[in-house]
Amino acid sequence: MPGVFVSLRKPGDSIDYNLRMKQPKVLKTRLKNGLTVVLKEVHIAPVVSWWVWYRVGSRYERPGVTGISHWVEHMMFKGTRAFPASVGDRLIARDGGFRNALTWIDWTAYFETMPADKIDFALRLEADRMRRALFPPKEVESERTVIIAERQMNENEPSFRLGEEVQAAAFRVHPYHHEVIGDMADLHSMTRDDLYGHYRNFYAPNNAIAVAVGDFNAREMLARIETLFGKHKPATLPTPLTRPEPEQRGERRVRLTGEGETAYLQIGYHAPGANDADFFPMAVLDSILAGASSFNMFGGGGTSNRSSRLYRAIVQTGLAANIGGGLSPTVDPYLYTLYATVRAGQTPEAVERAIDAEIDKVRNEPVSQAELEKAIKQAKAMFAYSAESVTNQGFWLGFTEILGDYRWFDNYLPRLSAVTVADIQRVAQKYLAPGNRVVGTYVPAEPTPQQER
Amino acid sequence: MAKKITPSLPGPESITRRELSNGIVVLARENFSSPSIVVDADLRTGALWHGRDVAGLADFTGTALMRGTERLAFNEIYEQIESVGASLSVSAGTHTAGFYAKSLAEDLDLMLGLAADALRRPVFPEREIERLRGEILTRLQITANDTRDRALEAFYELAYPDHPYSIVEEGYPETVKALTRQQLIDFHKTNFGPRGMVVVVVGAVEASKAVDLVARHFGDWSNPAQTDQPALPALAPITAPRRTHVSLPGKAQADIVLGVPGPARSHPLFLTARLANNILGVFGMGGRIGHQVREKHGLAYYAASNLSGGYGPGPWYAYAGVNPGNIEKAVSLMQREIARFLARKVTPDEIADNKAQFIGRLPLGLETNEGVASTISSMELFDLGLDYLLRFPAMFNAITRDEIQTAARAFLSAENYVLATAGP
Repeated sequence: MPGVFVSLRKPGDSIDYNLRMKQPKVLKTRLKNGLTVVLKEVHIAPVVSWWVWYRVGSRYERPGVTGISHWVEHMMFKGTRAFPASVGDRLIARDGGFRNALTWIDWTAYFETMPADKIDFALRLEADRMRRALFPPKEVESERTVIIAERQMNENEPSFRLGEEVQAAAFRVHPYHHEVIGDMADLHSMTRDDLYGHYRNFYAPNNAIAVAVGDFNAREMLARIETLFGKHKPATLPTPLTRPEPEQRGERRVRLTGEGETAYLQIGYHAPGANDADFFPMAVLDSILAGASSFNMFGGGGTSNRSSRLYRAIVQTGLAANIGGGLSPTVDPYLYTLYATVRAGQTPEAVERAIDAEIDKVRNEPVSQAELEKAIKQAKAMFAYSAESVTNQGFWLGFTEILGDYRWFDNYLPRLSAVTVADIQRVAQKYLAPGNRVVGTYVPAEPTPQQER
Repeated sequence: MAKKITPSLPGPESITRRELSNGIVVLARENFSSPSIVVDADLRTGALWHGRDVAGLADFTGTALMRGTERLAFNEIYEQIESVGASLSVSAGTHTAGFYAKSLAEDLDLMLGLAADALRRPVFPEREIERLRGEILTRLQITANDTRDRALEAFYELAYPDHPYSIVEEGYPETVKALTRQQLIDFHKTNFGPRGMVVVVVGAVEASKAVDLVARHFGDWSNPAQTDQPALPALAPITAPRRTHVSLPGKAQADIVLGVPGPARSHPLFLTARLANNILGVFGMGGRIGHQVREKHGLAYYAASNLSGGYGPGPWYAYAGVNPGNIEKAVSLMQREIARFLARKVTPDEIADNKAQFIGRLPLGLETNEGVASTISSMELFDLGLDYLLRFPAMFNAITRDEIQTAARAFLSAENYVLATAGP
């Protein structure tokens, strides 16, 4: 990440990072069959992180098959003819690697991080399962109950149930309406043909991005990827499902009750997508309100949020046990969400009032230059940490390539640095408006004697 | 592919170890591939140093240390940490307390200064203590409604009767409500000190400079009142099944924990048991248990086993989250796998695969400063020697299938076990 390390140095510092660190370059190209390839050599440790990303996630799903992208992701581990189910896990584990897959609203991604001299196996496996996964009917049924168990695990958490309702209330039209895991009704009714059809529709080189980060030679790696993936023909992709969410006219509220003794509050504001210029002032605003976000999906570095405005207003006053903010880079406009766990003896209403007072403040008065500078400084540190693991770097290169271009991540700091206090106030007024939000509360069904009232 | 990087495992050549005059051991390893540093420090105090009647005292005290010091108020402490994008936390567990910091290398001095203030010069502000108490009580409320936490808690109660391991580190609502500020002050005064303290610094700073900085902030710390670790009571062997169910109405899923007290890190069979556990419930998608419960029968999203180790006889257990209607089926599958594990030796392929995994993943575990720091920390805390990683492959490869069976039989049992479930 050019520029990052240089600007982090303080005067008088005895450690000269620049002399010791070379900035790795990124090689990006597109194969004839449409596969995008993004490669970054990092020769720090003898490891490679290898990713294949597909432009498919819950955003691409219609009612009746919600959760299908995530289920397909599970089925991708059930083997191909050349790589039976048991072989993949076994060989990657025995070589000292780890692998996983992630499904989100905009994408599905598969990765293997392995000792550098063993990575070829992962390349071959991903090339094969891009088009040749088997989806055995028996395995579909066995996985149905695994996914239902996964959903039930989520349902055990009141905050999941609340988040699901807030999301559903915020998106009446757009497919961001439903959770990635899908609705229980669809998990019971989806068929093997649905799943296999979804797979064949979306898993094709012209709908995918291959990413490698680590200890390899980029030219050799590219040649190997061409050999392995070049044989797949591009597919005719389904017509994109575009159902833009109409502007929300007026606040929406959802109120859940359930077990436990703890109340939760979530407030979701419709927010700009990643490619909207407003995303960057929103990111600074989030940092000032609720604390700096970490760029580490895979452990290793962030900062707490105890000097943020909302922590001071909500937690330090004893109203909530914690507060957090979430702004995600997404293809279409998604949500900026504030989460609070209401402290024993307090009410969600009191927390909401205190949050509202802080929201009014950022809408009515400009933030200070010092707060803006702090947010940028924090982001710079988060960026430095994010480069420490090849797996994390692979994650960001692929994720941001899905948004349009991997340079979104590289350009993040310069774009953040260009934000002004006026920009922040403008986006606060535009997005953090009462009519643009969904307020969700979860309250315990019956107070028990243990509760402090 | 491409040019070869020799994996340089941390060893005596690359780790600087210095003992300060007050007993603190400082270990430093340089890594200039990224501009950050990690500090992983352990102190010899924790929940073992207090009784059940004041459960939560060590945890409360540890967290309270960051709530105000002689020099800085809570707000100032966090303004300093967060302004540079760093993190610093102080906490106390059962056997150890400690602090953990991550920052840019240039802020190492700042981090150590703040940590020293917290550990040596806390003031326990009244208002902050009350606020913290409210946060802890809210956390306990959340835990009380969590099937996984409740199943584990119930497991510990049955597996470790009359033993400190059965006490919840964070305490119970009634004990946390009753703890006084003076008890926190006293606990800190008599238990936090430099004797036995280990500080590991890994990252973009010269080792000598790291040692000097630790010495500058902690070298003159002394606490004559610091008490030694109380002895752990003996554990009565389990001679019959112990079962319990925690009822949590309204939950969609139940959690299962099935196991026994296991070997301490210092037990001669520990490493062998670790390899056994990997085969039983870790390798690939949850080892044999994951294969049966998840892959073959589709009963769970997570099903695996865990071996804790540590200073004392930490537990060895299998666990899974299942539909409430499938508890019995999943438990019997888990028990069948444990019985099979005890009855028959693991296969030559299994032992080969699992050994290869442990040895093969060393470079991955050591990719980040966090990974290196935690490895060095274990070497020191458990007296493994700084050459542990260099000796590890040979030591590990020597383990035989017979030894795995012996280690499993020494702890696991098909008849005498603890089973705790929590769900609707």
